[in-house]
Amino acid sequence: MTKTPVLSVRDLIVEIPTRRGVLRPVDRVSYDIHSGQILGVVGESGAGKSMTGNAVIGLLDRPARITSGEILLSGEPIHQLQGEPLRRLRGKRMGMIFQDPLTSLNPLLTVGEQLTETIQEHLGLSNADARNRAIAALEEVGIPAARQRIDSYPHEFSGGMRQRVVIALALCAEPELIIADEPTTALDVSVQAQIIALLKRLCRERGVAVMLVTHDMGVIAEAADRVAVMYAGRLAELGAVRDVVMSPSHPYTAGLMASTPLASIGQKRLRQIPGSMPRLGALPDGCAFHPRCERATDQCKTGGSPTIASGGGRAACIHPLPAAKSEVTQ
Amino acid sequence: MLAYMIRRVFQSVIVLLVVGLVAFSMFRFVGDPVDNMLGQERTQADIERLREQLGLDENFVVQYWRFLEQAVQGNFGLSYRQGRPVADILVERLPATLELALVSGLIALIGGIALGIFTAIRKRGIAANLIMTGSLIGVSLPTFLIGIVLIYVFSVELGWLPSFGRGEVTDLGWWTTGFLTVSGLKALILPAITLGLYQMTLIMRLVRTEMLEVLRMDYIRFARARGIRQRSIHFRHALKNTLVPVITITGLQLGSIIAFAIITETVFQWPGVGLLFINAVQFVDIPVMAAYLMMISVMFVGINLIVDMLYFAIDPRLRVDRKGGH
Repeated sequence: MTKTPVLSVRDLIVEIPTRRGVLRPVDRVSYDIHSGQILGVVGESGAGKSMTGNAVIGLLDRPARITSGEILLSGEPIHQLQGEPLRRLRGKRMGMIFQDPLTSLNPLLTVGEQLTETIQEHLGLSNADARNRAIAALEEVGIPAARQRIDSYPHEFSGGMRQRVVIALALCAEPELIIADEPTTALDVSVQAQIIALLKRLCRERGVAVMLVTHDMGVIAEAADRVAVMYAGRLAELGAVRDVVMSPSHPYTAGLMASTPLASIGQKRLRQIPGSMPRLGALPDGCAFHPRCERATDQCKTGGSPTIASGGGRAACIHPLPAAKSEVTQ
Repeated sequence: MLAYMIRRVFQSVIVLLVVGLVAFSMFRFVGDPVDNMLGQERTQADIERLREQLGLDENFVVQYWRFLEQAVQGNFGLSYRQGRPVADILVERLPATLELALVSGLIALIGGIALGIFTAIRKRGIAANLIMTGSLIGVSLPTFLIGIVLIYVFSVELGWLPSFGRGEVTDLGWWTTGFLTVSGLKALILPAITLGLYQMTLIMRLVRTEMLEVLRMDYIRFARARGIRQRSIHFRHALKNTLVPVITITGLQLGSIIAFAIITETVFQWPGVGLLFINAVQFVDIPVMAAYLMMISVMFVGINLIVDMLYFAIDPRLRVDRKGGH
């Protein structure tokens, strides 16, 4: 593609030094997100999804740190920024949406105070202008009677409404990139769909690039354009959502799909992936997935871990599933 | 909120009644006041007459009721030792204690919050660690020792500040203040520090712990992710959230500052109600002791009530939902 991607992550490695050695919660992860596109990042708990998002926005908790690789925001490297330059970038050019709307709003400040503070910080508007803009931001995310509700405190909103407020806060300074870390996990199922629809609409209308971190394959199938499947800190598979969902190439993705209740697939019984994800301190040699993989051979157990490049472009696997075979399950 | 306040006031009244009972019992059970008031040369008739005069021949409940009736009107009887109304003596002594408590309370609150924030924000800095270590000394050293050390250093060795008394005071008619004269202010410094130091370290450690807790909350991360300035994150987003527990403790501590002024007042011979109480204990001056007890409990209960109301001012979640939830 000729256009510069909004976000470009290149061979990113995040390490946590511990007494028992260095852990790598994010290991050589690369992907691009273009304007107006939603990239779903999916995986089990501890697969490194959220850690990747935090690394991008520079919110890694010590002692985790980026040790190698690049993060480019519209072509500019941002992975080495710290302090003031990083602060100016946050909110203005990239925003973040957190998992739990109940805890991500300051309970002692009104919604309006939190919005106008953010707007004034980045756009330098007068009080009245910032307030109008805050009202517009609330209206845009579908808060009814925004002009009256702006002076309410977070506890006066329901969970779904609060998540809308969180989205308004993340978007109020018009960033190019939104990192949504499990934005629907803490919500009722009926509200989840609304929030996903809202994110999709904003992404389309504003041309924002969205990194949607979730463990819910259903949310991915519904919202994302492209999917990155992560396993044990590594990228297992990366591709267009239709391809990955309909004909997974990595055995792990296939297992993940088989264990997801999707109406369109119509299975009678959900299948499980045997075993559990290895702890980061005890990763097996070779492909991290081989102890749980039906297709594993001796080749998978030795040698370096496969990468997407070595696996033929889509899956980091030595023995990827053939496209034709998985098509049958449709 | 109104129902809550009424309930709290009701509870306060019960607490005061119980304390009143204790204060009252002192008259009956700590020696016989008639013995104390009449000298060696007394006749049975004198005793009977005084008993009747004081109402001591009536039953317990009637006496208690009468005691409460009088106490509410501020009448605690005559001091055994000075022969003057206890209320007058208290009113005379109260300004000294209240001024001391006010100044040390301010030192504790301002110093405690400032140092607490500093040590929380710079939690790995050398200065912060020194302050934390120093605060352990403040918490563990007894008040009288701090007072004596301060007297030794600043009065005896350096000779900068007076070691006892209130200095010159200005009489405003209903209030005597040491704030208006240089010697009054100088005399205030050492006792105020002595009395406030412990509370200050307590508040500091509390603010630090709360602040560190709050700084880990999601809404602080979210504020960071929105590019809010550090200053605003610390002082606007975090500080306000740490204040609710801090106010509780500060309120309670303010009460104990007044109560524990006894020790500081003794060390510095500060002419306040604490010193009055200690002297009253020595002379078994029960009316003074009872009145002091009542006064302190009224203050404690009053401060608690104010603290409970302050919660509503700080935390909107406790206020009645004006607009209603969604």
